[in-house]
Amino acid sequence: MPREGLRYQTYSRRTLLLAGLQGLALAALGARLYYLSVVNGEKYRLRADKNRISIRLIAPERGEIFDRNGEKLATNTQDLRVLLVPEQADQLQPTLKKVQQIIDLDDRGLSRIERRIRRQRKFVPVTLAQGLDWETFSRLNVEIPRLPGVQTDAGLSRLYPGGEAIAHLVGYLAGPDEEDVVKSPLYQLPGFKIGRQGLERRYESTLRGASGTRRVEVNSVGREIRELPPREEALRGSDLHLTLDMRLQQYVMQELGEEAAGVVVLDIATGDILTMASSPGYDPNEFTRGISNANWQALLKDPRAPLLNKSVSGQYPPGSTIKMVVALAALEQGLISPDTTHYCNGKHRLGNHTFHCWQNRGHGKVDLMQAIAKSCDVYFYELAEKLDIDLIADMARRFGMGAVFDVGIDGEKEGLVPTREWKRIFQQQSWQLGETLNVAIGQGAMLATPLQLAVMTARLASGQQITPRIVHKNGDEPVFHQPLDVNPFHLETVKRTMEMVMEQGGTAHDYSRRKSAPRLAGKTGTAQVRRITLEERAGEGGVLDNSELPWQSRDHALFVGYAPAENPRYAVSVVVQHGGGGSSVAAPLARRFLDKTLELNTTQTEEQA
Amino acid sequence: MGTAHMFGPRRLQKSVWQRFLGLNWGIVLATVMLASAGFAMLYSVADGTWDPWASRQMVRFAIALAIMLIIAVIDIRYWVAVAYPAWFAGILLLFAVEVVGDTGMGGQRWLDLGFMRLQPSELVKIATVMAIARYFHGRSQIQSRSLRSLIVPLLLLLIPFALVVRQPDLGTALMIITGGVAVIFLAGAPAWLFVVSGIGVTAAIPIAWQFLRPYQKDRILTFMNPESDPLGAGYQITQSKIALGSGGMTGKGFLEGTQSHLNFLPEMKTDFIFTVLVEEFGLVGAAIVLALYGIVLTYGLLIGIGCRNQFGRLLASGLAVTLFLYVLINVGMVMGLLPVVGVPLPLISYGGSAMLTWMLAYGLILSVSTHRHVTIAPKGSGII
Repeated sequence: MPREGLRYQTYSRRTLLLAGLQGLALAALGARLYYLSVVNGEKYRLRADKNRISIRLIAPERGEIFDRNGEKLATNTQDLRVLLVPEQADQLQPTLKKVQQIIDLDDRGLSRIERRIRRQRKFVPVTLAQGLDWETFSRLNVEIPRLPGVQTDAGLSRLYPGGEAIAHLVGYLAGPDEEDVVKSPLYQLPGFKIGRQGLERRYESTLRGASGTRRVEVNSVGREIRELPPREEALRGSDLHLTLDMRLQQYVMQELGEEAAGVVVLDIATGDILTMASSPGYDPNEFTRGISNANWQALLKDPRAPLLNKSVSGQYPPGSTIKMVVALAALEQGLISPDTTHYCNGKHRLGNHTFHCWQNRGHGKVDLMQAIAKSCDVYFYELAEKLDIDLIADMARRFGMGAVFDVGIDGEKEGLVPTREWKRIFQQQSWQLGETLNVAIGQGAMLATPLQLAVMTARLASGQQITPRIVHKNGDEPVFHQPLDVNPFHLETVKRTMEMVMEQGGTAHDYSRRKSAPRLAGKTGTAQVRRITLEERAGEGGVLDNSELPWQSRDHALFVGYAPAENPRYAVSVVVQHGGGGSSVAAPLARRFLDKTLELNTTQTEEQA
Repeated sequence: MGTAHMFGPRRLQKSVWQRFLGLNWGIVLATVMLASAGFAMLYSVADGTWDPWASRQMVRFAIALAIMLIIAVIDIRYWVAVAYPAWFAGILLLFAVEVVGDTGMGGQRWLDLGFMRLQPSELVKIATVMAIARYFHGRSQIQSRSLRSLIVPLLLLLIPFALVVRQPDLGTALMIITGGVAVIFLAGAPAWLFVVSGIGVTAAIPIAWQFLRPYQKDRILTFMNPESDPLGAGYQITQSKIALGSGGMTGKGFLEGTQSHLNFLPEMKTDFIFTVLVEEFGLVGAAIVLALYGIVLTYGLLIGIGCRNQFGRLLASGLAVTLFLYVLINVGMVMGLLPVVGVPLPLISYGGSAMLTWMLAYGLILSVSTHRHVTIAPKGSGII
């Protein structure tokens, strides 16, 4: 078969040629694979890891805030939640319906959840409900095997057990603003919150702690598959220990009721703020959960300004509570002795202007003791005529007026201590003597915060430069205060007068007080917020009583005091905004606060007990 | 039959059972091993479950294996006889799904056989090789060298090619043309013809470029520079290369492929299954699989050297070249050596068409081997 042989030869040759080409092609594939997996293997391994490994932050647990007795003011609680992962649910509607039978979820909430499910990626959990109680949570956990896609979860959320009583101190948390989000990667964690007010804001860096990291394996759409070691745990934030006594704080808030008021109670020996109350309060928990617009508007519109921390941000004319400082200025100048008397007939003329005493018919002949005990204004008009305003200002500053103590609470105001220079700079006018007369009875331009009034009282009582504090900085280190640059004899004199305020004939005398009760010392003040016209004064009914006035025009009622009188340990200041008279409104409250403080005996050490 | 075939008839007396026992069982075993690698990878792609892919693929393979063995023992002269009719039937089916399918069957390009869907274009790959082999079987060496005898083979080749290009299915079209050209080459057409054609095709590429559809151009451009489109088509190649490379020498382990199990890879159960395999079994696993393909395909290519009839020689080699192209395009594609043209890896990729093509072709190749001593008259077998 020659023909067949030729064909066969060609075929065989060419087949072997093709086989060779195939071999070459296979070798090329092998070489390429060798190049990818061995020569460049490391590079591709890194790229594969970069694909699948994602570094995620672990939010740190926030530090807690405690009062001086270890009671929790701000804490973290388990927030029991129920979530739904849409992609794992067989059928969305029946699953949601079944969950609805267990948790409290209305149809509006349900449609909101359904909208969320439609918007986001199917593997991202949607929160169905949070803040569940244990019973509901357990019932859900029992049902979960029959509810594919439903998960229960226990996260942490901030809780303020003290609620309204301490809202102004601790503040609250809220989610970071849009523009804040870039500042820290932590802010991008879902549900991460930062301090927005009060101590929570001021001590944010202390309380927050440090975030940890974990490595997770993710798939191509970013879903977390599992966690890979190593994990760097988050560092819990430091706790904050306050000088506050929550029991006293609660008591004070309760007694203040619906009044718009600021109260500060100080431990004189240390300057510890035992109570810093501002009424009315608000619930900080509501803010942390996310306050509704209606409630927010209500808080903003309330004339009693619940959002304002009146203890440090409220600035009030001190009224007659300033009289001890004015008396000291006069004593230090040698202008008067304790026995110096003046005659009060209810009014005092300066040029063609008449200054009135609060007591229309006058106090008659009064010495310094009686002038303070009965709060005679005319006596102080007489002093003021001889005292320069700058001398009063200097003495007021020594007692903490016009000072910001920076205790750690936002919005601490400095009040106002008027001087000649102040008048010249801020009003471009020279000081008038009549203004000194007004300042001497605490009306005028002078303004003070309840905190400053409490500090003033503590300094009067101790003769030392007491500085207030609310955060324990270095544990129980003893506190030393510099003595005040005031003659101790003069200070004793003024303290006697403050004791007389509480005695028979004093403006804050309590007839019902038992003889065995601790003796207190103090001073009432009534700060007028309206101008009393000549017509009103001359009219038939005379000066209108506070009860006849609208709330906004009523006087501020003030009281400063300390206890026990012979061995001062606690100082208090009470300012009831538009509360009426200092003796009728503020003094009874202050007495109760001081008695309660003594009863709690909170600062007594164990050895003393 | 005359005395010229005195050895033939005697050997043909072998029973079907004898022929069955005489099959090349080594090749059958290699085929089963390749398919098993496919089952394992489909099990892995389904995150360690037989459902839904591995189990179905096993059923398909069992049926296809039976078909292969039946074809292998059928007398080769039947296949000579059905060569032209098979080609005509294939062309008719292509017309049916092309013309009728586009309008009447919602654009589908396959026929439902119950256990698998068959694309006529797959059958045409085999039928074209059969028909051209049948044509040259009847031509002498002299005739085979003349240009005139190229007219019929070129028609047999270009008609299905044109129909498949119209689909458009570039991968299949390329395989049809390569298989056909390989048969013409092996039959003895002048060598200069292939050199000239090669130059001509290269020169024609810029013109052909104009006729490509936009997505086809995109694929080729992306292949040239995958990083230019890291999230689109380039993403597939880039992720596939990461998976191949990160597997290293021995791979990440069965079921441990991160690129595959975390869904960074595209089309894992079909076009990119080789990538999954290399990621989990490394260069070693890839070498074993490529070596198995190499053994099986080289066997197919060279079986004709021991064959006494031109039809069998051309058929076996032509089919082996066609199947080799399958493997080359798929593996080259996942490695970034060739554009992404959507050609599966036969036996391993999920799906019936490529597997059936492979098994039908190997049925024929085994049949050629079984009947290698049979001589067939130039005009046909005379059986039908």
